[in-house]
Amino acid sequence: MLRLAAWPLLALVLVALPHGLSFSQQEILVFLTINVLVVASYRLLTLTGEWSLGHVVIMGVGAYASALYSKKFGVWVPASMLLGAVTAALIAVLLSFPLFRMKGFYFLIGSFASGEIIRLLWKRFRDPFGGPKGLKLIEGMPDFSIGIWDFQFFEPVSYYYFAGTVVAICLWILWRIERSPVGLTFHAVHWQDRLAEACGVNLRAWRTLAFTVASGFAGLGGALLAHYIGTINPNSFDIEKMVFVLTWAIVGGTGTFYGPILGCVVLTVFNEIVLREMGFEQMRPLIYGAILIGSILFLPNGLESLVQKLVGRRRRVPGPAEIVGESAVK
Amino acid sequence: MIELLAQTGLNAVYAASYIALVAVGLVLIFGVMGVINFAHGELFMAGAYTVVALYASRDVPFILAVAAGLVFVGGLGLFMERTMFRPLRDNPLGGLVASIGFLMILQAAAAMGFGVRKEHIPPVTQQVIEFSEKVRLPMARLYVIVAAIVILLALWYFLKRTRFGWALRASAQDPEAAELQGISINQTARIAMFIGAAMAGIAGALTAPLVSVNPHMGHSVIVTAFIVIIVGGVGSLEGAVLASIAYALVHTFVTTFWDGVIADIVGLSLMLLVLIVRPTGLFGSADRA
Repeated sequence: MLRLAAWPLLALVLVALPHGLSFSQQEILVFLTINVLVVASYRLLTLTGEWSLGHVVIMGVGAYASALYSKKFGVWVPASMLLGAVTAALIAVLLSFPLFRMKGFYFLIGSFASGEIIRLLWKRFRDPFGGPKGLKLIEGMPDFSIGIWDFQFFEPVSYYYFAGTVVAICLWILWRIERSPVGLTFHAVHWQDRLAEACGVNLRAWRTLAFTVASGFAGLGGALLAHYIGTINPNSFDIEKMVFVLTWAIVGGTGTFYGPILGCVVLTVFNEIVLREMGFEQMRPLIYGAILIGSILFLPNGLESLVQKLVGRRRRVPGPAEIVGESAVK
Repeated sequence: MIELLAQTGLNAVYAASYIALVAVGLVLIFGVMGVINFAHGELFMAGAYTVVALYASRDVPFILAVAAGLVFVGGLGLFMERTMFRPLRDNPLGGLVASIGFLMILQAAAAMGFGVRKEHIPPVTQQVIEFSEKVRLPMARLYVIVAAIVILLALWYFLKRTRFGWALRASAQDPEAAELQGISINQTARIAMFIGAAMAGIAGALTAPLVSVNPHMGHSVIVTAFIVIIVGGVGSLEGAVLASIAYALVHTFVTTFWDGVIADIVGLSLMLLVLIVRPTGLFGSADRA
């Protein structure tokens, strides 16, 4: 009974949430919503065991593509967002040819290098990418009304509802992917690669699939961001942003679906409420760095391991997918 | 045209000298500890800021400031080894992530201590060697080149001719076998980390008057160092030196004849190409991958 009530209750809280916040906090809420999508899509990639340092740049590909489609070709904004996501996925397919000849550390460095190349291309070619200053005056979402609520997208609350709906749908899709045979194959590719290969699983094809799908969702996140803030430049997607995504994933833990999301939400709330309100603006990277080191040293399985300890005693019988997932983790 | 080529060649030699110092330190740390130190560019920066703090602000002689940079950054390396890399020895990705955290701490510390603006450092010497009207080598750059050659030769001697160097190479090849022979892994890790960090520090300190010193200067340094160690073969010291020279030549010539951003793109593409065609690097062996 409690479980049935939990989801509508959560939805209600999320709908009511922005009305108790200040304007700047509402804006942060929008960014947080988008970041949740980025970090959740990053987890899909880590399922296959590969850690990329190019994920934020791929998100930028979606942002740039969507902004350019609407700016240069006058594509209707929601359509251009979807096209931006598709473009990010296509770029990921292209990148997969060189990148998936590598594994582990080499993949990490290779993804970093290809991300930097993309960023330098944005910087170098003023037409069409706008050079170091990037793209400005990106068209916003067209306003519309659904009777009970007028969506006016210059204000954060409306955009929060819009982005929140999109992200919720994406999270549901990502969840379904993970729980499907596809997701189980990703697990197998990571933990039992030799065995999987012997069973006829084409490792490279599955890695490419995970990379492509994850990149598509990251691209959608980038498009959502671009049409909200209206201006993007190469430095919006630099390695520092990537470090934040990495920190969220590691502090939250990547063993469960909710781990990275938990890390993202907890650290953002901590960041905005504790650090900004207390005036530690300049020290923020320092504290983030210390948190990153501290969590890898003392909480190697992330915040999710704390959650599992708390609720562990009265857990229901795990489903087959969880058994596979967990026994593999051990 | 000949003069332009000669001048660009001289610039490349200068670039190669400090890139080699940074890259060889990075390779040494990777070889002995199996950890990629993402904060290596920030160690370079820390060396440069030591010179800012002592030479530019307090009139300490340049050579003493450089020595202080060596000791300070080497100390930072020891600190990293003890607090992060040793507890995370069985977790190579963990060490890398921790070094990313340390990178952010160093960057923020530099920004808080000195501000984010670029520092002004008075030149050490204004002297210039003139080979001809258009081919000139400032003395300050010559110092960097000479220092790099001396340090690399000293390192070579240390690794190949002393007992410590012997132990270091043994534990890089096979840590377990080395331990069975009575070599302390913790000790060799400390030595490697101190030398590797100190080399980045001294490179930063020596070049501080010649480059723009700011808290974010480490980024381009670490990108360059990654390209060099991948092209040279991860774990190969000779490869790192040769790749530094090759990379500096390519980068300097492309910068002179096109522009800097294209040169960066070319460098990164070369690295991707090497990763695709020969992931062990041009000079590396497949031992430790």
